[in-house]
Amino acid sequence: MYPEKENYFTVSELNDSISASIRSSYSNFWIVGEISDFHYHDSSGHIYFSLKDENSEIRSVMFRASNQFLKFEPVNGSMVKVFGSVSVFEKRGQIQLVCNLMEEIGVGALFKKFEFLKKKLDQEGLFNSDRKKILPKYPETIGIITSGSGAALQDILKVLKTRSPHIKIYFRSTMVQGARAGADIVEGINDFIKFGNVDLIILGRGGGSMEDLWVFNEENVARSIFGCSIPIITAIGHETDFTIADLVADIRAPTPSAAAEIISDKSSTMIKEYNIFFEKFNKIFFIKSQSLWQKLDYFYNIIMALQPQRKIELQNKKIHDFSNRLYQSNGLFMKNLVKQLKSYDKRLYGLSPNHVLKRGYSIAIDKNGEIIYSKGQLKTGDKFDLKTADGIMGAKKIS
Amino acid sequence: MSKNKIKTPIEDSLIKLESIINKMESGNISLEESLAYFEQGINLINECRTKLENAEQKVLELTKNSDGTFRTKTK
Repeated sequence: MYPEKENYFTVSELNDSISASIRSSYSNFWIVGEISDFHYHDSSGHIYFSLKDENSEIRSVMFRASNQFLKFEPVNGSMVKVFGSVSVFEKRGQIQLVCNLMEEIGVGALFKKFEFLKKKLDQEGLFNSDRKKILPKYPETIGIITSGSGAALQDILKVLKTRSPHIKIYFRSTMVQGARAGADIVEGINDFIKFGNVDLIILGRGGGSMEDLWVFNEENVARSIFGCSIPIITAIGHETDFTIADLVADIRAPTPSAAAEIISDKSSTMIKEYNIFFEKFNKIFFIKSQSLWQKLDYFYNIIMALQPQRKIELQNKKIHDFSNRLYQSNGLFMKNLVKQLKSYDKRLYGLSPNHVLKRGYSIAIDKNGEIIYSKGQLKTGDKFDLKTADGIMGAKKIS
Repeated sequence: MSKNKIKTPIEDSLIKLESIINKMESGNISLEESLAYFEQGINLINECRTKLENAEQKVLELTKNSDGTFRTKTK
């Protein structure tokens, strides 16, 4: 039903209300469109125009305070990206777009071309994230495709030199703008595929206008990136530049330096990781070698107790040597040590058991005649034999 | 993401090292096995350390000969 007739707006109240509502919802956004009905107001310096697309338009204004900074001259037909807010010209109840910033996004035709190709390749799935390759975390060899004389190359090399100097770099110089650049870049990518030695490719170019960067919106370059078996990271133009190559690439970096940082991210902290591993190794090995020491002591004592006069290689000094060298952590040394221990083992068995027994040692033997070395070989309650120097007695494990 | 993940030698070594350390920490291996692992691990570490610590940035330019083969020259 209709609201009460007593609650009515005046025209001014309505326009004020609309104005407030719009101000809160339609402030500070970017909008793209074509300029038409352009008019420059001489005395104030303000510019008035319509911003339109195929189906609609909105009246717009850019006041002198803002438009004096424009880096180009807008004319009818200019394709622009505008930052502003909608306001209501209350006197006339008219909405208008107040523009604070304006950028040219290229001649209308170029922009249309970009949008058309972008849509086409998107539909074919060239931008799908599940088709993108993962960049290796620890690349050892990389390829760079860019201009030999540009700043992009120097930026990349500078970052990599600091963070990951061990990474070997192959550089393939190409044109990065102009009619022949596309074919050159495609050939560069194919060269790296044929060459085969690189873990990833950085495709880069410094900043420029839409026309300058245009080669990276070409179809052959996009398809070449898509079909490349080596992961590609693009670093084209400035932070706000997005080309079709960026959309097809496996990763897009905002700048060449950022690309270098991304690929060397893990490598730069790698030495630290290796030192952590090294410490872990030493720790684990120290723990394991403790038990080795106990065995060593045991054998040493038995041998010394049995045949003190016999010339044996194992002496006090050697044990201390072993002690120091063990902690130097040399794997080959440890192997030899184990070999030596095994030979002592054998010789121990070769020595007359009675000598051992006469010293007060007894030998525990289980029901199968096997020598018992460990309490774990018997369960509580198990019977076994105990051989002393003068005979055998029966025994039972009670705990 | 694509399954075509490239693993480089360094990443491979790191994965092997993790595995070796896990085995050694688990404690269920003989002294001889742990010696073998230790030697393996130390070799891996030293290999990679050599790569990293004495590294100097190497930049080579890739160009093609007339017959299609590649040649490189220091940039």
